[in-house]
Amino acid sequence: MSRLIFTFIFPVFVFAQDIRQSESYANGQLVYEDFCMLCHMANGKGVPKAFPPLSNSDYLEDIKATINSIKYGLNGPIVVNGVKYNSVMAPMGLDDQEVADVTNFILNTWGNKSDKLITKQMVEKLTTKQ
Amino acid sequence: MLPDYSLLITEKSGSMIHFKEGIKYEISNIPQTYLRGQGGLMGIALHPDFANNKRIYFTQSSSVDSDEEGGNTALFSATLSDDELTDVKLLYKALPNTRVGRHFGSRIVFDNEGYLYFSVGDRGRRDDNPQDLTRDGGKVYRLHDDGTIPSDNPFVETDGAVKAVFSYGHRNPQGMVRHPETGAIWTHEHGPLGGDEINIVRAGANYGWPKITYGKNYSGTTITKDTALPGMEQPLYYWIPSIAPSGMAFVSGEVYPEWEGSLLVGSLKFEYLERLVIENNKVIYREKVAEDIGRVRDVIMGMDGYIYLAVENKGVYKIVPKT
Repeated sequence: MSRLIFTFIFPVFVFAQDIRQSESYANGQLVYEDFCMLCHMANGKGVPKAFPPLSNSDYLEDIKATINSIKYGLNGPIVVNGVKYNSVMAPMGLDDQEVADVTNFILNTWGNKSDKLITKQMVEKLTTKQ
Repeated sequence: MLPDYSLLITEKSGSMIHFKEGIKYEISNIPQTYLRGQGGLMGIALHPDFANNKRIYFTQSSSVDSDEEGGNTALFSATLSDDELTDVKLLYKALPNTRVGRHFGSRIVFDNEGYLYFSVGDRGRRDDNPQDLTRDGGKVYRLHDDGTIPSDNPFVETDGAVKAVFSYGHRNPQGMVRHPETGAIWTHEHGPLGGDEINIVRAGANYGWPKITYGKNYSGTTITKDTALPGMEQPLYYWIPSIAPSGMAFVSGEVYPEWEGSLLVGSLKFEYLERLVIENNKVIYREKVAEDIGRVRDVIMGMDGYIYLAVENKGVYKIVPKT
């Protein structure tokens, strides 16, 4: 009389190591070096007072805010790791694929790890112009 | 600054503002800016005879003059009629268009003979552009005010060379000024990690990037072991660490007697204005002015005798001595 209930738990997460080997990550590194590195620096630590860190940054926990800021830029005060920054990041003019690529790079470099590959479709869906 | 002491201001986003008697007027009919990375509406200058002909010059990142995707630095002239641009002319467009987002230059200065100089950065292709005279990028250019190429430009006789080139081997010059006494054209340029430079540009001279530099890659690795090579100019001065120089002006006039002759340079990175005292082409003194004011994008010596600073995301400041 007992019904067998099968519960499948798929290992749906991808290790950061795999994201680092993706084409998106490689392209994202090029985008980072062209558009982001000058301010956020090669080590992702940013510049004190001026540009917030991307390495171990609590801002990146909000993936939607992260993607939105990369796509449309930022204006006004934000708090990163308890420190207030009040500046402007001009929109970089990146297309959705480039936004996805550089997000994958940022989320999986300098000790950062994510379990989900960001795609162009997700960028389209998640972002709204401020 | 215009003869009536109002200000013409370019915004990275592509708009131009006429600031007159405390009110901002938006200038219309600006050509479309290719907005990507560091690109935007950038340099602006008045024709030496602006009081009569109302011509202005400006540089922007632009996609015009090519079917290729992307953009590169373009130089335009136009007539300022009330708050509208008319008779807009494309005088020069660097090619090829590229989606690379960095190092567009670009500043515009006239010398005492009426030649127009403007800069284009290396467009992120340091191994291809700055040392190759057949390619745009990493150059200072010299034109007549109507965009034609002076017959005495240094490379007009050189096969395949871009004839508008005046000097080469530059990285990303975002400061340019005419020396008030000698009339020479001074530039500064962003180095990579370290090695921002001040140069006096001379016809046909090679300023060395990236064959020689006092800087390193952003990652800290070496670009080249050479800081000097035959046939390449040494900078008048170099900054280590980089201050990220932007904007350049010599102090002259009656308002700042203690600063007379000083060179002012904005620092994007450390958010101050730097004052340099230069004697016999050597920097003998440096000091910070307006510390923590913000990212200084431009500095000018106004016709009214006052120094004006453009600070990113804040606005334009005027330096008034304490009485």
